[in-house]
Amino acid sequence: MNRINQKLKENKKLLSIYFSAGYPNLNDTVSIIENLEKNGTDMIEIGLPFSDPLADGPTIQASSTQALKNGMTTDVLFNQLKDIRKTVSIPLIIMGYFNPMLQYGVEAFCEKCQEIGIDGLIIPDLPVDVYNDQYKATFEKYGLINVFLITPQTSVERINFIDSISNGFIYMVSSASVTGSNSGFGEEQTAYFKRIADMKLKNPQIVGFGISDNKTFLQATEYAKGAIIGSAFIKHLSKNGTDNIDSFVDTILK
Amino acid sequence: MTYNINDKGYYGEFGGAYIPEMLYPNVEELRQNYLKIMAEPSFKEEFDQLLKDYVGRPSPLYLAKRLSEKYNTKIYLKREDLNHTGAHKINNTIGQILMAQRLGKKRIIAETGAGQHGVATATVCALMGLECIVYMGEIDIARQAPNVARMKMLGATVVPALSGSRTLKDATNEAIRDWINNPVNTHYIIGSVVGPHPYPDMVARFQAVVSEEMQWQLQEKEGKTTPDYVIACVGGGSNAAGAFYHYLENTDVKLIAVEAAGKGVNSGESAATSALGKEGVIHGSKTLLMQTGDGQITEPYSISAGLDYPGIGPMHAHLYKTGRAEFISITDDQAMNAGLELSKLEGIIPAIESSHALAVFEQKKFKPEDVVVLSLSGRGDKDLQNYIDYFNL
Ligand SMILES: Cc1ncc(COP(=O)(O)O)c(C=O)c1O
Repeated sequence: MNRINQKLKENKKLLSIYFSAGYPNLNDTVSIIENLEKNGTDMIEIGLPFSDPLADGPTIQASSTQALKNGMTTDVLFNQLKDIRKTVSIPLIIMGYFNPMLQYGVEAFCEKCQEIGIDGLIIPDLPVDVYNDQYKATFEKYGLINVFLITPQTSVERINFIDSISNGFIYMVSSASVTGSNSGFGEEQTAYFKRIADMKLKNPQIVGFGISDNKTFLQATEYAKGAIIGSAFIKHLSKNGTDNIDSFVDTILK
Repeated sequence: MTYNINDKGYYGEFGGAYIPEMLYPNVEELRQNYLKIMAEPSFKEEFDQLLKDYVGRPSPLYLAKRLSEKYNTKIYLKREDLNHTGAHKINNTIGQILMAQRLGKKRIIAETGAGQHGVATATVCALMGLECIVYMGEIDIARQAPNVARMKMLGATVVPALSGSRTLKDATNEAIRDWINNPVNTHYIIGSVVGPHPYPDMVARFQAVVSEEMQWQLQEKEGKTTPDYVIACVGGGSNAAGAFYHYLENTDVKLIAVEAAGKGVNSGESAATSALGKEGVIHGSKTLLMQTGDGQITEPYSISAGLDYPGIGPMHAHLYKTGRAEFISITDDQAMNAGLELSKLEGIIPAIESSHALAVFEQKKFKPEDVVVLSLSGRGDKDLQNYIDYFNL
């Protein structure tokens, strides 16, 4: 069974953390992953940096740009991760934009992911219908779970459709925004989290965007199976480098 | 073979809507409604009336006698430079503001490179009393100062795009992010035939008025609706799409698309997408774009802010791939000289974008009996400082 599905069966709320591979330094990738696992992170999203990350706010834009300057490429990332399964057992997901995958070759990319032990992909600008028509078979051939996003604006009909073609979890974008806004969650978000929970979808939901501390983590996971932290962790890395990852995870999980 | 869009939103293999889910409701709302709205008699009536009384259409089709003499062929200029606000861009913004109103949108965002589209958007927002926010690369703000001032006078807020190359590509990224952050009340007026479906098709349809007029104007002047050649510059490709539109399926009409070579196609400072680009995804569309082997989008260069874009619209990618259009790239120097030449020969100072199209006459020989229509997409007022600096005027 895919590690993502296994993890989702655990009877706890899941903490998933995103970071841009190659940031702050090119070769920090593996140690960040190992540290996150050691300190209680349940799942990791490894960001494959892109020059034009449309869905990201300033923090992730800046870490992506820096990672690219540091020399990160798709090949470099795959190379850094080649022995990752010797030391890390939690689910690993690569999150990136579609163009770099397209240039690598979607099939070659998926094959490489399987070889390394990547469990899933999140590709915000690969539309559901294109995936379904052109790439689903390839992803499945290499045992990869493709994770789709929903937002507060996604219609009920479309949520049901996305649920029907998902086989891991649904990435619930907390609010209408790019990544990195942290104004906290109000009634509107809580109502949305509850509304989705009440739909009793076949796939569990994990909330992302705008989770930055223990409070927002607890709010997000009141109804959802887990939460994803991105920008807040990148900010931590930019201040502390790869030190004190334990204290970062501790402040989220308390 | 068709050169028009298919019902899935593709020109051949190019196009589609490669957008994050956050944008899906907005883009889907537009996709489901744009053809219906454009077909409404009241929409057509208002669009046509504004183009006539406000923009000043039809734009003249002018036989450029001295230019024709010099190049020993028959050259007509389609005078989009005479439109209100000085370029073809306003044809699209008039259409889109009417679209936005019918969709009930209260807030308008746009990206701009040269500032022509920004001005055209700010203009229609003033006309309709809608809030207007224009994203513009920091570098373009510096090199197109008069247009920044115009947008401000028109009541728009100009927000500098500080990421990446700080030009048109990055302004587009910022506009898309704004749309993600404001999904309900906002309409994004894209300025060219780029972006996710239905934008390339919608913008092409609004610009199609250019070749629609060319048909009857040529009938009057030449006794036939078709020219032998149509020439237009391509940044994203909207003035070219408009000038080509009604001739796309008539292969007797040869189409020439002109890209900016910057300092030379192989100089590393160029915006000649067809020569340098590969298939990929940019701003929600599968098309040709300039990128590294690793799929990172590269930073283009052209003296002309309006052509300084690393992609082309999917229609043009298809015209290139199928060979339906000939693609020619023109350097900064060639364009600047062609701009000066038109000024001296015809008393018309062109936008530097349009100067790229004009420079084709030095590169390619036409027959004396050929009828060549060139899309003079804009006037040179906004570029005066560039001309002054370049020629030490
Ligand atoms: C006068 C003029 N021509 C051409 C262009 C290029 O745009 P497009 O290729 O969409 O016509 C611009 C863009 O700003 C422009 O201002």
